This record gives sequence, C-alpha cells and structure tokens, in this order.
Amino acid sequence: MTYRADPPGTHPPYDYPDYGSTKLRHPRRALHVLPQRLTELTGPLFGTERVREGDDDLTNDGAAIGQRIVVHGRLLDGDGHAAPGSLIEVWQANAAGRYAHAADRWPAPLDPNFAGAGRVVTDADGRYRFTTIRPGAYPWRNHDNAWRPAHIHFSVFGQAFAQRLITQMYFPDDPLFFQDPIFNSVPDPRARARLISAYDDDATTDHWALGFRFDIVLRGREQTPFESSQ
Amino acid sequence: MSTPSQTVGPFLSIVLPWPNGPAPVLEGTPGAVLISGQLTDGAGVPVPDGLVETWQSAPDLFGRCATDSNGTFWFRTVKPAALPAPDGTVEAPHLDVSVFSRGLLQRLVTRIYFPDEPAANAADPVLSALSADDRALLTAMAQPDGALRFDIRLQGDDETPFFAI
Repeated sequence: MTYRADPPGTHPPYDYPDYGSTKLRHPRRALHVLPQRLTELTGPLFGTERVREGDDDLTNDGAAIGQRIVVHGRLLDGDGHAAPGSLIEVWQANAAGRYAHAADRWPAPLDPNFAGAGRVVTDADGRYRFTTIRPGAYPWRNHDNAWRPAHIHFSVFGQAFAQRLITQMYFPDDPLFFQDPIFNSVPDPRARARLISAYDDDATTDHWALGFRFDIVLRGREQTPFESSQ
Repeated sequence: MSTPSQTVGPFLSIVLPWPNGPAPVLEGTPGAVLISGQLTDGAGVPVPDGLVETWQSAPDLFGRCATDSNGTFWFRTVKPAALPAPDGTVEAPHLDVSVFSRGLLQRLVTRIYFPDEPAANAADPVLSALSADDRALLTAMAQPDGALRFDIRLQGDDETPFFAI
C-alpha cells in the first residue's frame, strides 16, 4: 500500500513569483523521487497527549473580542476514509487582523483574551470542532495595497509521513481573494475551492455563534491491482 | 481531490513548537545523538521563521524544532535501524525530514543519513540513485564532540537535495 500522487495543479509550485518570499526559498533543482517505504508509510500518531482541556476554545470562555464562530469538519483521505484520533493544530490572527506574535508589526490592537492557538484531536469518525472568533484581514508588504484574506492556519498529520499537510482555511465570498498570491498559488480552481469553508446553518447556534464547515482531505491510497479488479 | 498545501507563514511559533519537541529521547539515553544545523535561503541568509520536523521508524520517533534567529535547529534522537525494503534492498538508517517556512507554499522533504554507516549507505537504494555530491549533502557530518551537523540550504550552491514522495 502506498499513497497516490495528487493530480497536477492540486498544490502550489515552489517557485511562484507573485509571492515574493518564494524567490530565495524555492529549490532550483528538480526534486528526486522518493519511493514510499516504511518511513514514509508510517508517521507520528498523536492522540490527546498533546492537547489540554480548553485547547478547543480560543475565545477564553467567550471573552475574546470579535464575531464568535464554531469551525468544524472531518479529516478524511481521498477515498473517504476518516482519519480518527489525529492531531489538528490551528493558529490565527485576532478580530483586528493582529497575531499575538512579537514579529507581527501591524499596529492593530492586541486582545488580551485571544492568543490565537488551538489544538484538537479528531474523533472516531474523523470529526473535529473548535470555537474561535472570525479573524480579521491584515496588510502585508508583498505588493501594493496587499491584504491577506481572513484565514485560519491548519496543521494536520493524518496517518503517515506521506500525508503531512499544513494549509489555510478561508471564508466564503471573501472580496480579497482576487489579489492574494498565496490563495491563488493553487493552480487548479477546484483544488482552490477546497480551501474555502462553507457557512453551516446546522452548526450555527442561536444567540451564541456562527458555524463554518471545513473538511480536510489528505492523499488517498493507491489501489492494488487486486482491488482495482473488483 | 486533496486539500491543497499553503504556506505555514511567519507566525507558526504561536502554536507549533512543543516542549521537548526537538528531543524525542531524554539526555543520557543510550545511543542518543545530537543533530544540529542551519536553515539558509538562496542568498545564504538564515531562515529565522522555519520549522524542521523529523520522522523515523525503528524506533518510531518524531522531532519538531522551530529555527531560531540564526536559522539554527537541533534534534536529540537515536539512530534508527536499517530497514529492509520489499524489493530486497535494505535502506540505511535515515531520518525523513519536512521543512516548512514562510515562502514555502508546500513543505520540502529531505533525508538525513549517518556518517558512521558507509557500507549501509553504499547499499541504500535511495542514495544509490543520486550523484556522489548529493549523497554527501544528505549525509550528516560528524563533529569532534560526537554530535552531527546537517545544514539545509533551500537554494543555490550546495542546495540540499529534496524529494517528491
């Protein structure tokens, strides 16, 4: 069993001139092919040992300023199999578009009730859920009048080293997509659409929080000749 | 269709560094080896906002280290066993490595091999497919104090060989 390659256009290229930081950080030589053997087909399987109580609530029990939201979804592979018991780490800017990080120089206000870090573990059906506030957009220096669309960073492990993924979740109908080179670095528009969460009325709670759904799909497994003949 | 990769961005240290993340084994563990290196860009400038992760089988150990202001990262682990492959070859002891940073829209993957395994390295099916220069770049260098050094250069002269998996 190995993991199949994603179709061309699923992931961004390393060299993407519209995103200036790629200029000196992309390899110029072609990648070598690494056959998937034991090291690539296994991976760290983190359960709850890295998660503390309350790590699924980024709002400090509702004290954080901003639009309270619930973000939930499933961690799946490309064949629809759930990834249970898998660690998901998230981080984000606050409602004003400021990260609680010393290197963030954007002088929007910090919120003492919002650190912007969360951890959850998927349940037996691969489901996860956390409560946060909707992050703000923020400016950066990539190009003239550059603003990042609101986003939440996600780090996921899946079941094997080959499935490791770090990505960003966006919000539906963001007017800033057209000028964002990070979002637009994904060549295939169908793949890009996978980065956008959906408003979820069923997860919206009356007089409490808006719901957004974001399913994460990791590489599926290569079918063996036996399976493909069924 | 899979969810696309996006850059880890400059603020990964809000959540990703863990206590003892770079040290999956305790100091004093028999066979413990210290591996350190520097992550640099195509101008030779240190990458201070990167994240390097290692994964190994036999024993299964995961390491994670954010780079510091000098681009330095380190791990304390034990050398894994050689791994027989289904095709009859034997992979020399190695660590799989993921590199993330601002400016990397998806991770880069490389491997660390060990300098005290010349025979196993010579028979390794991955190393054998590479040039002598690339084999040298993927082999950590022994330091006088017994530690190992493995630098990661994202671009340019002596660019680290990276893999597609």
